[in-house]
Amino acid sequence: MGLFEKLQQGLERSREAINEIFYFGGEVDESFWEDLEDTLVMGDMGADIAMQVTDDLRDLAARKNLKTAAQLRGALADRLAEIFVAPERDPFSATPSCVLFVGINGAGKTTTVGKIASAAHAAGKRVVIGSADTFRAAAIEQLDVWGERAGVPVVKRDRGSDPASVCYDVLDEADRTSADLVLIDTAGRLHTSPELMRELAKVVNVTRKRASKMRAGAMDVYVVLVIDAATGQNGLTQASEFNDALGLDGIIMTKLDGTAKGGIALAVAQRLQLPIYRVGVGEHVEDLQTFDARDFCRALVGEE
Amino acid sequence: MFNSLSDRLNDTFDRLRGKGKLTEADITSAMRDIRMALLEADVNFKVVKDFVAKTRERCMTAEVLESLTPAQNVVKIVLDELVELLGSTESKLVLSSRIPNVIMLVGLQGSGKTTAAVKLAYLLKKQGRSPLLAACDVYRPAAADQLATLGGEIGVPVFRGDGEHPVEIAQGAIREAVDKLRDVVIVDTAGRLQIDEQMMQEAVDIKRAVKPDQVLMVVDAMTGQDIVNVVSTFAERTDFDGVIISKLDGDARGGGALSVRAVTGKPIKFVSMGEKPESLEVFSPDRMAKRILGMGDVVGIIEKAQEAATAEQMESAERMLREGLTMDDMLEQMRAVRKMGGMKGILGMLPGGQRALNQMGGNLDETILDKNEAMIQSMTREERLNPKCINGQRRARIARGSGTTPTDVNNLMKQWGEMNKMMGKMRAMTQQMQGGKKGKKGKKGKKMRVPGMAGMPNMGNLMGGGGNPFGGMGAGGSDMDMLRAMEQQMKGRKF
Repeated sequence: MGLFEKLQQGLERSREAINEIFYFGGEVDESFWEDLEDTLVMGDMGADIAMQVTDDLRDLAARKNLKTAAQLRGALADRLAEIFVAPERDPFSATPSCVLFVGINGAGKTTTVGKIASAAHAAGKRVVIGSADTFRAAAIEQLDVWGERAGVPVVKRDRGSDPASVCYDVLDEADRTSADLVLIDTAGRLHTSPELMRELAKVVNVTRKRASKMRAGAMDVYVVLVIDAATGQNGLTQASEFNDALGLDGIIMTKLDGTAKGGIALAVAQRLQLPIYRVGVGEHVEDLQTFDARDFCRALVGEE
Repeated sequence: MFNSLSDRLNDTFDRLRGKGKLTEADITSAMRDIRMALLEADVNFKVVKDFVAKTRERCMTAEVLESLTPAQNVVKIVLDELVELLGSTESKLVLSSRIPNVIMLVGLQGSGKTTAAVKLAYLLKKQGRSPLLAACDVYRPAAADQLATLGGEIGVPVFRGDGEHPVEIAQGAIREAVDKLRDVVIVDTAGRLQIDEQMMQEAVDIKRAVKPDQVLMVVDAMTGQDIVNVVSTFAERTDFDGVIISKLDGDARGGGALSVRAVTGKPIKFVSMGEKPESLEVFSPDRMAKRILGMGDVVGIIEKAQEAATAEQMESAERMLREGLTMDDMLEQMRAVRKMGGMKGILGMLPGGQRALNQMGGNLDETILDKNEAMIQSMTREERLNPKCINGQRRARIARGSGTTPTDVNNLMKQWGEMNKMMGKMRAMTQQMQGGKKGKKGKKGKKMRVPGMAGMPNMGNLMGGGGNPFGGMGAGGSDMDMLRAMEQQMKGRKF
């Protein structure tokens, strides 16, 4: 099943809402625009973007004389897709690279690391996992299980040890085995805790420094924010804070298989101009897919 | 980023000032502000619609329209309505006389069930009960290990039936509780999506098998609009009795809490706000309502200050009052400010603080704290204890030692001077109070000695001295006054 079908399935509920407003008889009237705006707000993209998109679409419809539901739907998908930024380079396929996964508690960082490791290993990459979540109970064991399933070595230290030292170790290991892809899981933290954010900044710094001194030449370091698709407007604050503290390179959105619409991705993409590397649309390894803005938006507005 | 509702409404009504009487159209425009504020707080769209319609009616009374301070009246009405909606029913945890009592936790993946289970166990243990944790999450790798580790930390046994079916584990846990004389079993289940039929059925099966006295749903405070779909399905299938809102220590407004209440009618029982086991609090509708409206969490600030203050600091604060301020004290205060999340964090929590921040361009120069710290650390012990002895020569040396300029040192000295003067005034005040009314001494004196709070009025100096144009504090201050006036008004009037 391709991403588009998966997304279509996942976004079914939100499409229903959109379908409802596209069933209009005859002319497009004022209530259509109001309903459209409301529906977009319900998708968590935030009232600002919803209004902006609706206004733009209204202009466009007047200018190009768009009248049918199909025309408007296509225009809406295009308008939404415009908001997303395309990644310059995908760190998981264009290796060697080292990726740090950051985010708030329960966003799905550890699971994402596990899934990406499995996929990359299956694609023939030499992968190493670093478990720098030395805070949460059993985070290391959880990652161990993933490493075992994927057949990927996991570099770890005891719970409570310095996470930056784990990053150093994992890069040492990667250097020794000349690995292509280094995936580092970090402890979840709320962006409102300055101490934990500083700790994470140190982790990133240490990783960057060590990665610049690899035997095979400097390895690119990516800092990726993992964000739950059901997150509301706070997602924007989260992303800005993490970006300010660490300088993010991109986003991975998880748990898009519920009924959440993941509209927060639009808000974050617009505000911070960050690309989305992957979206998680299910529990399985292959459900973590490359993000395609056009597909995502088509699925969101229910274009066939 | 967010404008609090009171700021917004003030802006709206500022525009309308001078019009004399407000019209229906003016109220409509105020309602638009309320709508936006609630949407920004992630309150579900439909809930917002109903809420605004209801509030609008209440605002159309003469009391609001003819009032001199319509903005405040509207805010008050909104707040009242919110509080009522959030907590009109009993929100205590009700345990039955059955032994063992069973509490079951359900929720989405990553909402914080395991953490909540441990916090709940800790709370019950503190209340003199003997809980047992049951690890029924057999899907996420090492979930049982997590529960076992956390349970070990708080001294609560964990029942884990590795490899068994969740229903059997839950039943086994109850048998174990009977054998080992534990009186409450907390069943931690796997995270599940509301559309995952198989998993939802499993939750129902567990519920049927162990007949919990309480089923609690754990909801992430950061969840967006979709929360309505999630909780309505969970309510339908598992018929939970109450809600725990998790991750409230972040800065999410938690509008989802309101949606949950409005959609399911289930009470919110606890809020979970931190990583430590004791950070589970009984839900307070009033504070939640203020948070949703972005009205500033004054109680939160005081709590944070108290949290940051250690016994030693309390002592040093007393000494400060007695003997005057040393540079060490200043250093301590700066560190305390930083512990609380820096100026930005504190300002952001104050009503109107966000506006003050925005007026300054949303950015506060926190490096001044680093600079000051470096300068103080470049001082000798004598200089720190008796800053008066720092002459021109010493200033030049301190500047060299800390990589700053003599001007910076002068600024620091000026700040110290002002803070010291303030301290002198406070000393005089406390002495007066202690001399005048001996009976009240304990209470008032104690209030003054919370070091974080003692530092608060001085923060303007700390920052202003660094050449920071601090025009915004005025706005913050006036908003504080406004809030106070409002609270007084509320107390005075009876609606």
